[in-house]
Amino acid sequence: MDASEVGVLPDIYVRLSHDDEAGEGNIYTIRVADNGSGIPAPQIPLALCQFLFGSKYKLKQARGTFGLGGTMAILYGQVTTNKSVQIISSTGESRIYEYRLMIDIQGNRPIILDRKVHVNKQERGGHWHGTVIEFHLEGDYYKAMPKILDYVEQTAIANPYANIVFVDPKGRLYKFDRTTTNMPPPPKETLPHPHGVDVETIQRIIRITECKNMLDFLKDNFHRVGEQIARQFLKFAKIDQDKDPRRLNPDEVVELVQAMKNFNDFLPPDASCLSPLGEDLLRAGIQKELEPEFVATCQRKPSTYSGHPFIVETAIAYGGKIPSKGEIMLYRFANKIPLVYDESADVSWNVVKSINWRRYRVTPEMPVAAFVHLCSTKIPYKTVGKEIIADRPEISREILNGIREVARRLERHLSKQERVRREQKRLSIFSIYLPKIAEYSTKLSGKEKTPNIDVLLRRARTLEQERD
Amino acid sequence: MSKNEIKFSAKERRKQVLTKLGKLGHELYAQMENGRFPYIFMPSRSTDNIYYSPQFRQYILGEKRVRRSSGNIRHLRPFTQLVWSAYFAHELTGNQKTSTLRDVYYSAQAYDMSFKDQAESDNIITDVETVTGSSREDFNIFPEESSAIFGDLTIEYTIPNYEGRRLNLTSHPDGVMIGPALTSAELVETSADIVIAIEKGGLFTRFIEERVHEKFKALLIYLRGQAPRSTRYFIRRLNQEMSLPVYIFSDADPWGMHIAMVIISGSANAAHLRELTTPDARWSGVWASDIVGYKLPSDKLTNLDIKRLHELEKDPRYKDDIWQREIDVFMKIQKKCELEAFSRYGLTHIVDKYLPERLKEMES
Repeated sequence: MDASEVGVLPDIYVRLSHDDEAGEGNIYTIRVADNGSGIPAPQIPLALCQFLFGSKYKLKQARGTFGLGGTMAILYGQVTTNKSVQIISSTGESRIYEYRLMIDIQGNRPIILDRKVHVNKQERGGHWHGTVIEFHLEGDYYKAMPKILDYVEQTAIANPYANIVFVDPKGRLYKFDRTTTNMPPPPKETLPHPHGVDVETIQRIIRITECKNMLDFLKDNFHRVGEQIARQFLKFAKIDQDKDPRRLNPDEVVELVQAMKNFNDFLPPDASCLSPLGEDLLRAGIQKELEPEFVATCQRKPSTYSGHPFIVETAIAYGGKIPSKGEIMLYRFANKIPLVYDESADVSWNVVKSINWRRYRVTPEMPVAAFVHLCSTKIPYKTVGKEIIADRPEISREILNGIREVARRLERHLSKQERVRREQKRLSIFSIYLPKIAEYSTKLSGKEKTPNIDVLLRRARTLEQERD
Repeated sequence: MSKNEIKFSAKERRKQVLTKLGKLGHELYAQMENGRFPYIFMPSRSTDNIYYSPQFRQYILGEKRVRRSSGNIRHLRPFTQLVWSAYFAHELTGNQKTSTLRDVYYSAQAYDMSFKDQAESDNIITDVETVTGSSREDFNIFPEESSAIFGDLTIEYTIPNYEGRRLNLTSHPDGVMIGPALTSAELVETSADIVIAIEKGGLFTRFIEERVHEKFKALLIYLRGQAPRSTRYFIRRLNQEMSLPVYIFSDADPWGMHIAMVIISGSANAAHLRELTTPDARWSGVWASDIVGYKLPSDKLTNLDIKRLHELEKDPRYKDDIWQREIDVFMKIQKKCELEAFSRYGLTHIVDKYLPERLKEMES
């Protein structure tokens, strides 16, 4: 998906099928195809069959953290089935490259079993670009099915500009069409913020930097650090500004990191490295999959925790396909990836549970769903499984305020609905009873013509409005 | 032979009720014509507006009034029910038809007026009584239960199809039901000197068998427990129009006492109405002191009886000597007995001995 978002509307195709023809057993083939930017041919083996490929230290919001996900999946397939992975990719030029690879696990390097080059024929829209990966793995689809389907559906919510197709082992087609061609602006790459770096990052920068003194080292390699701030900091850290960064010994590197954390005068990071969905796209995603009667979305202002910028986006939806489960449904996303496991340990869950929903006219049996999307260059996951977000006060405060904001709008919607319902009921009560009063009063008085009560019926309406 | 001198006019009463109901219709109509949500002022029937009036010797409503407006959504439904009920009462009275409370509840459904239960429709009928100051019997709505009368009284019916026909109330040995036809009849003539009202049906029958009506020149009335309002109204008419003294006999317990009291001074529930009481009627037995004096078989007072006696003791209607005296005796002997207790000394003992003694005592 990230590879697609550079100006191309994503088409994603995922197929899971049984390896044996009887359609049973626990060995599956998974095929994932996208129309993204493709992987340059020389990098294909390393990108997918070697861990920690690429040692870039610059930051921008991405769905993964270290680019481990793809390689991990392939590795998992290999250790469970001992079969190779097939990769077909093109960057949109005249050739398509096809590889069959395995991972040399001990050497952490790819083994190229086969390599083919195909002609990439020019078609209407130009040359095809994208990547297709197919490999085998062991698993139990039927056990995991509900979560997998949740995952795919929620991916469609968070990416309403993508076409997503999933074919399951029974041949069932799950198709999610895009409803918008707007895409969020892609994130810009930024330098790390001094509050957010660790020893490893500093050492990596030292290895590649060309700066000869600490002043330049700080100015050139860190986010929002200028000449003046760099000087102030070096004074604070008691480091000679002419010192060669490559001469820092390991203890000094640790001291530098400590000093960075303790120095309070760094400017806060800006959020240009983030790519939130935006209120409109989040709304579009929710409307597309859940068709609610009401939806409110909110994007909070950028904020930071420990030097990492983040943005919280929240939404609340009511009615439509949202089930009445006896509690509010919670949808969690981190950098546009749905989080489907262990929701009750997540910071958003705690925030949603801490809210007194009755204040917003929300009762447990109502079909209400809350959405929390956290964008950050570093999502503070609690576990390596990357399903649960830890409770950082800066983040939970933003989530709370975001949820409150949309809950207030839901409250306004519900009370307006209630008011309309009450007014209608009121009017209908008046229009039931007033004519009877008129009729029987007329008969009692012995008159022939009933009085005109239209004025009174109109007044009944305005009385109601005045009261609100 | 006493002849009715105050000619009671059923027609006159009917006209009065029709006028009152029609006036209500005119008021509501005019309010609507002036573009106002129709409203009604009426005396409040809440307990803080019910007072005992020594002058009227009954409970009456105070000065407090309530405003019911159809512009108030909470009043709208009962207001409509009230207007419909007034209309329905007007129709009944105008066409000289009668109905019962139960009947009203069901009739409403034919007019697409919903009452959620009979208690609700009963309450609205009471509202109509309060607004007009007439009791529902005046607009021909009667309760289900009815009591009976026996004795030499000639009446003349005023209801359609019977108008002008006369009946002597000795003509049926079970007595004649005190229903709408009888309550609206003219009282023509009677040879009776007194009215004896009896709580229990067994005793009423015994009195007829033992010819009490002849021996004591009496009209006998079977109250059937707490007397229905039409019966209370009819007793009042006998007392006022025929100048007959009224003697009431009930069980010797706080509940029996109260049956007599409601005939004499009315109930708090009917504080909005007049002409249902007979202030000169007298409770003539069975008294607590009779249990001692006539050595009657008796039961012990229950806690509930005692609690009730304490309530009655403070009730303004019970301030007169005889009531306070008998309440004291009840408290002292802690006993009660029923009218039938006299049967211990033979079936006719009550007629042969007790009744003549007591009536003589009451006259003196």
